[in-house]
Amino acid sequence: MFDSILIANRGEIACRIIRTARSMGIKTIAVYSEADRDALHVDMASDAMLIGPPPALQSYLNVDAIMLAIEEMGAQAVHPGYGFLSENASFAERLADEGVTFIGPPPEAIRTLGDKITSKRLAQQAGVPTVPGSADPVSQPDEAARIADEIGYPVMLKASAGGGGKGMRAVTGADELQESLRACMSEAQASFGDGRVFIEKLIVAPRHIEIQVLADSHGNVIYLGERECSIQRRHQKVIEEAPSPFLDVETRRRMGEAAVALAKAANYVSAGTVEFIVDADRNFYFLEMNTRLQVEHPVTEEVTGLDLVEQMIRIAAGEKLSIRQEDVTLNGWAMEARLYAEDPTRGFLPSIGRLARYREPVTGAFGTSKTIRIDSGANEGDHITRHYDPMIAKLIAVGDTRDQAVQQMQSALDEFYVRGVGNNLGFVAAIIAHPEFRAGNLTTDFIAKYFGARFDPTQGTEAVSSTFAAVAGAIHWRLQKRNTEIAAWTMDGQPVPRTGVTLAKDWVAIVNGQPHRLSLGETNGTVEISVDGRNRQVVSNWSPTSYLFKGTVDGEGVCIQVDRVATGYRLSQGGVFADIQVVSPRAAELIASMPERELGLSGKEVKSPMPGLIVSIGVEVGQQVEAGDPLGVIEAMKMENQLLAERSGKIAKILCAAGDSVEVDQVILEFE
Amino acid sequence: MYEIIRQLEEQRAKARAGGGKKRVDAQHSRGKLTARERIDLLLDPDSFEEWDMFVEHRSTDFGMDAKTVPGDGVVTGYGTVNGRLVFVFSQDFTVFGGSVSETHSEKICKIMDQAMKVGAPVIGLNDSGGARIQEGVSSLAGYAEIFQRNVMASGVVPQISMVMGPCAGGAVYSPATTDFTFMVKNTSYMFVTGPEVVKTVTHEEVTQEQLGGATTHSTKSGVADLAFDTDVEALQQLRRFIDFLPGSNRERPPTRPTEDSAERREPSLDTLIPDNPNTPYDVRELIEKLVDEEDFFELQPDYAKNIMIGFGRMEGSTVGIVANQPMVLAGCLDIDASVKAARFIRFCDCFNIPIILLVDVPGFLPGTTQEYGGLIRHGAKLLYAFAEATVPKITLITRKAYGGAYIVMGSKHLRGDVNFAWPSAEIAVMGSKGAVEIIFREDIGDEEKIAAREQEYQAQFANPFRVGARGYIDDVIMPNNTRARICKSLRMLRGKKQELPWKKHGNIPL
Repeated sequence: MFDSILIANRGEIACRIIRTARSMGIKTIAVYSEADRDALHVDMASDAMLIGPPPALQSYLNVDAIMLAIEEMGAQAVHPGYGFLSENASFAERLADEGVTFIGPPPEAIRTLGDKITSKRLAQQAGVPTVPGSADPVSQPDEAARIADEIGYPVMLKASAGGGGKGMRAVTGADELQESLRACMSEAQASFGDGRVFIEKLIVAPRHIEIQVLADSHGNVIYLGERECSIQRRHQKVIEEAPSPFLDVETRRRMGEAAVALAKAANYVSAGTVEFIVDADRNFYFLEMNTRLQVEHPVTEEVTGLDLVEQMIRIAAGEKLSIRQEDVTLNGWAMEARLYAEDPTRGFLPSIGRLARYREPVTGAFGTSKTIRIDSGANEGDHITRHYDPMIAKLIAVGDTRDQAVQQMQSALDEFYVRGVGNNLGFVAAIIAHPEFRAGNLTTDFIAKYFGARFDPTQGTEAVSSTFAAVAGAIHWRLQKRNTEIAAWTMDGQPVPRTGVTLAKDWVAIVNGQPHRLSLGETNGTVEISVDGRNRQVVSNWSPTSYLFKGTVDGEGVCIQVDRVATGYRLSQGGVFADIQVVSPRAAELIASMPERELGLSGKEVKSPMPGLIVSIGVEVGQQVEAGDPLGVIEAMKMENQLLAERSGKIAKILCAAGDSVEVDQVILEFE
Repeated sequence: MYEIIRQLEEQRAKARAGGGKKRVDAQHSRGKLTARERIDLLLDPDSFEEWDMFVEHRSTDFGMDAKTVPGDGVVTGYGTVNGRLVFVFSQDFTVFGGSVSETHSEKICKIMDQAMKVGAPVIGLNDSGGARIQEGVSSLAGYAEIFQRNVMASGVVPQISMVMGPCAGGAVYSPATTDFTFMVKNTSYMFVTGPEVVKTVTHEEVTQEQLGGATTHSTKSGVADLAFDTDVEALQQLRRFIDFLPGSNRERPPTRPTEDSAERREPSLDTLIPDNPNTPYDVRELIEKLVDEEDFFELQPDYAKNIMIGFGRMEGSTVGIVANQPMVLAGCLDIDASVKAARFIRFCDCFNIPIILLVDVPGFLPGTTQEYGGLIRHGAKLLYAFAEATVPKITLITRKAYGGAYIVMGSKHLRGDVNFAWPSAEIAVMGSKGAVEIIFREDIGDEEKIAAREQEYQAQFANPFRVGARGYIDDVIMPNNTRARICKSLRMLRGKKQELPWKKHGNIPL
């Protein structure tokens, strides 16, 4: 076994690998960029070395710098994690040349499987089903029609030189084919300079299901069941689970064996993942093989009881697999949600900034908790920068059944309190609360279909507004009661006489603009609340220092996040949030009698808040921006200051360029 | 007897009706509440004791004797906010446009006198068209009586003006002499001369809102401490604000019970200061993690943003916080920031509220605009205010404290009681680059030498040890433990007594 391992990665996965290596008694060496000096993975490792400035190309992707660190620190092996250098065959080769073990597959396997065409060919040779389609690019209409008829409609036209969803066109019947082909080809010609297209069968209601395999260097290959990763947004996975609610034992076995056959054909060693697309009839087709540890590996770990990082290390050290296929059992259900620094309410724009508050839900130590596991790479106060992947942490919930796992996930999401950086926790909560998700009806277009391009967390407030009103009432009662204890003191410390105040019973909770009549009272320490004439039993030991309102409403458990905003409360739970004002009936009546106030849009002009130098302008004329979006950067007093949009709108004019020096209040750009 | 009671009820009803339904509806249609509705929302339910409901004006000119309304356009009295006594006057725009007559002003003066006697804040809800022209100079005399009392009450009881309608001409000088001025967006405006006169005299075309609206005064002029969206929000926030203030200069700051532990640690503060000394950070996070329950009442948030001021509580007791904001102008002191902070410090000192200064200041802002504008005089105000203050004064240097700004921002030399520094503190006459260019002028041009000198200077001064060795700071504290250390210091300072030499009053460089 190795004495020391260098982890050529950062964030949660670096921390994850360090944990296992440490438990195996292996010394861990972290590398870090200048942006990560205070990062958690640096703290956790036995040793750490700076490898360069923040941009990944100069640090985590800088092979020379990492080689230097390996030499300096005397690392015997390197775990690449995922991303960065994990699927870089030349890096693996370079390590081999230096006599350092790469904890991953051999370079040839990375190469063969990393290429779309060679991997597909290899899969076909190994008898693994692939999506039916033209073997070579097509440019003749007759040929296209013949192939399309052969594979059967609907079909998908894909630009030969395209990628990432660009240059794709669905064709539902033969009558559309010629026109679509012409359009697709001319588009492809215009975009990529290559008009040729592939024709493939279009999989309707597709699911993304992948098989985890483990292969040792002695020719043993096993599969560890599947993971369903259909919940994606723009090909980025959001929620994964194991097992899949869709597969039966037979399909699982067939997919597993196909994956093993491919791994064997590729002379694969280490942990790997074979991705399939599965149609509504449980036909599965090979997509690609990922030659690394996957982000979502924890769900497999939780249902198999295996530590995949440990397996990878043992395999890399030349050990034989200690388990055979028949030893692999799947127990219970595991689900993972990825916490991304992005703002779902603003079209999922990446968020950067400081994690001013980062409070994870309560978990057991790694591997010991039966219900909640968090693989995190962040501390409260960490900076989320634009240099790296926006994933902050992974939340893994485990249960005996899928329903249990979902419930665990829900309560963990409600407890997970993150402020300072926009994040998708509420969005994930809304997904798993969706009836189609609960029913296990997952497809890769789930998010696009049910949520669209933007997420509105004030939707669904109606269903919870009475409960929210009751909770806001309980909070308000507590705070009002405390306000009557505000005391004044004379200079020599005597209490200044004050008038006793009887707490009012009647209130109105205005939840996102909708009034609810509240009656509040207290007997023997229990707050009694009625909302719109209906009695609600609210029990909680909430105090003004708590950011979570934990307790029960009518006997049902609640965990609601509470932010006090000026004179009101912002409550959020389960992906729904509401701004609530609790006011006297008199105030509510007066508010209702007031005319709707047009809150004037802030001016059309964006002016320089200070004298300084324009470092960059980040928008273009005609671009639509939302309030809070970055517009550019101004340097003043040697500090770079973000210029943020104070309103939403379209940019009409840009009057300054990078390098200009500006006076205070000089107009930089104008909105339409 | 019955007849008198019946008449009394009639009079009361008349007074309560103000200017009548039509005018009240007009008031509402503008998004404004009436004088009495405002009092209802400001004070605890049923706590209002009204005075002088039957006062009527004495004017007879221009047919005024035929037009009298009991109360004469202002509702005055006292009541409580969360059980604590306040005096209030609320001008009634529906009666003679809320204009100030001799009697109207007498009513206001009466409650101001009483407030000073008993030691309770005076809250003015201003909504007045100005002087009652029919009364001529009597009305002006009435204004003057109010101004005089504003000045006399200054530093004795807190005075708060909530401008909720017009406030023009000489009338603006009452809010201007009070401690805090709040405004409501789109319905209130304040200016000395209105758009008409401006147009005649300077040919400038400007709307009321542009010239003196809440946004103008809370962002450009600094006249308003806060601008609110609606009357209701304004009055709710005013209640929250009053909870922070003592009733008079004869009281200690009020306390509100809290479960927030004085010992609460905030490990994330250890990484608040970025590695690069030229990278800004948001000092608001420090303030919020320092005070009880993250409850910070910021004043003038949109004016001179390079300095933050406001009230918080430590172990339940009100403190005033002044913090350089590195996010704006690198936290430099300029004219506006100096005046903003100086006035706030003087308020705290008047009313026995301890001051906490959070310092990260690279210096005063250079430039002709600043110098021509009198940065010397205005910067001196901040120095004067801090040096003069006798309340407990705690200073924490988080990063830069350079040059004159180091002295001004709560240094030990200006009678700072407790001066802390974080390990990231750099206290020096100026940044290392500038310093080296002066000290080693002969080496300019030799980049290598200059770089070495810079490093040398940096090593000497970019840490808190030099000043620590001289006792200019009392201790270097860990960011995560800041709250505990400041709470402890405040407890130690509870008995602080410090006198100024006898004087009529000092001469602050106005």
